Amino acid sequence: MAKRIDVSGLNAYYGGFRAVEDISMVVEPRSVTAFIGPSGCGKSTFLRTLNRMHEVIPGARVEGKVLLDDENLYGANIDPVAVRRTVGMVFQRPNPFPTMSIKENVAAGLKLNGVRNKKLIDEAVERSLRGANLWNEVKDRLDKPGAGLSGGQQQRLCIARAIAVEPQVLLMDEPCSALDPISTLAIEDLIGQLKEQFTIVIVTHNMQQAARVSDRTAFFNLSGVGQPGRLIEIDSTEKIFSNPSVQATEDYISGRFG
Amino acid sequence: MSSLATSSRPLGSSLTERRLPRWMPAANLVLAVLLGLAIGAGFDLSSKLQWGLIAAILFVVIQYVTSAVVEGRRHAKNYLATSLVWVAFLLALLPLISVLWMTISKGIGVINANFLTHSMNGIAINQDGGGLYHALIGTLEQVALASLFAAPVGILTAVYLVEYGRGNKLSKAVSFFVDVMTGVPSIVAGLFILSFWIIILNMPFTGFAGALALAILMLPVVVRSTEEMLKLVPNELREASLALGVPKWLTITRVVLPTALGGIVTGVMLAIARIVGETAPILMLVFGADTINMNPFSNPQSSLPLYVWTEYGKGTDQSQARAWGGALVLIAVVMILNLVARGLARWKAPKGATR
Repeated sequence: MAKRIDVSGLNAYYGGFRAVEDISMVVEPRSVTAFIGPSGCGKSTFLRTLNRMHEVIPGARVEGKVLLDDENLYGANIDPVAVRRTVGMVFQRPNPFPTMSIKENVAAGLKLNGVRNKKLIDEAVERSLRGANLWNEVKDRLDKPGAGLSGGQQQRLCIARAIAVEPQVLLMDEPCSALDPISTLAIEDLIGQLKEQFTIVIVTHNMQQAARVSDRTAFFNLSGVGQPGRLIEIDSTEKIFSNPSVQATEDYISGRFG
Repeated sequence: MSSLATSSRPLGSSLTERRLPRWMPAANLVLAVLLGLAIGAGFDLSSKLQWGLIAAILFVVIQYVTSAVVEGRRHAKNYLATSLVWVAFLLALLPLISVLWMTISKGIGVINANFLTHSMNGIAINQDGGGLYHALIGTLEQVALASLFAAPVGILTAVYLVEYGRGNKLSKAVSFFVDVMTGVPSIVAGLFILSFWIIILNMPFTGFAGALALAILMLPVVVRSTEEMLKLVPNELREASLALGVPKWLTITRVVLPTALGGIVTGVMLAIARIVGETAPILMLVFGADTINMNPFSNPQSSLPLYVWTEYGKGTDQSQARAWGGALVLIAVVMILNLVARGLARWKAPKGATR
């Protein structure tokens, strides 16, 4: 199921401003890749180019190639809607649909894409909620509004919603930054389970989290305000956190940054 | 040590302070009202409004002074602001209540089953009886037709402006003309339809022609309010939906519009409330009638505001009573529509929003 992502020469712009400059990297399937780096260095922007969510922002555009297995996401005749079905995304702030119940939230991706079979949907809802470690907490109140859950539960609901459409890749943009440590732990455990099925890319500001959950870590940096963000290095998490090849990475990780 | 404690607390060493007793504002109010009445009676001011204003000003002043003396300036300022807010609130309420009271007291007398189910067909101006059934039917049909045009067009325009246009030249131009249209007087909308629909296209005077003019008046209000409501829908919801691989049009119809539905319904209701009392275009285009005409597409109709206007103009006691009855029914219609819309909005509103 999981796919490999091969990025080469990618630039991302907001209007005339280049936010991300010349990034090339490979994201391995069935693994967790963490993006770390200071605020504004383009981690989230780069993440959003991987499922063509970047261009949703007015004036935003992308140059370069993103190969998903062998298909270039920015090639001709590629449908961004189909890309987003294949590459799911979880956002920084939990954002369940406020008009929908818990069940409808999880089923939203399927229903809005035309799946009518009730049995199929019910199965997918249970499977996804179990997959997101939320089933036991909500199985008795599936028809209650999704916005009534706690923040951590809402975030797991959003993860369930994202995996219900069975994507190949799951992008997570600081999924734990709005959560308490217990909910964070629940989500980190979940990431550990999900990587057996999905290719996972996670942006995080929490270095311990990157060290705990990821197999590979990419460090991003920018040379100054108004300068584009760049990929400094990507390597196995162990190597990045013990013996990085670039001095800036070590400075950032050990807190001696700037 | 103690000097350190006092110096770190320059505003006073105690957390307790002298406060006015809780009954003091009420007592001040009573005092102010009594004083206001005394001054009003003493100087023989004819208008009761003046008595009330004097009492209100006295209340604000007395409250400020007592509080300043006992509690200090900060609390006095707080009371001043609070009192001003209350006075403004009551002043705003005053005309509202007096209009309602006037309409109810003068109109309730003629309201009965006969009044609501009969037309003015064959009723002389100084005769009792008669009713507004024809006008009620006219208003409901014309407003329904106008909403049928203006609500979908307005909502779709707002969807374009917020979801697709996003500040491009076309959307800016549309936005500008919507603002201009908001200020179009109803008589101008009426004249436009009169010259275009009735004089150029040679159509008859009908409820439908009136509905066209009402739709023109309603459209900008619907667009503007829907636009504001759509802007309030968090971008995160759109992104969440798009990231699930949901196409944009489905995202709009299934996620964005339902989330904003309560506000959109309220906006449409406000627009209806704006047009339901319009007289000028109805007078020009629907022409008015004393008989029941259920068909808005042929022959003149009446409407409630037009009914009020013609009945009041007849000048007899009986017809003026009918005019007040018509006004009361008009207010009731607007209120019922509002309640229904609020019910709808609550039923469909985002659930369990704890944030």
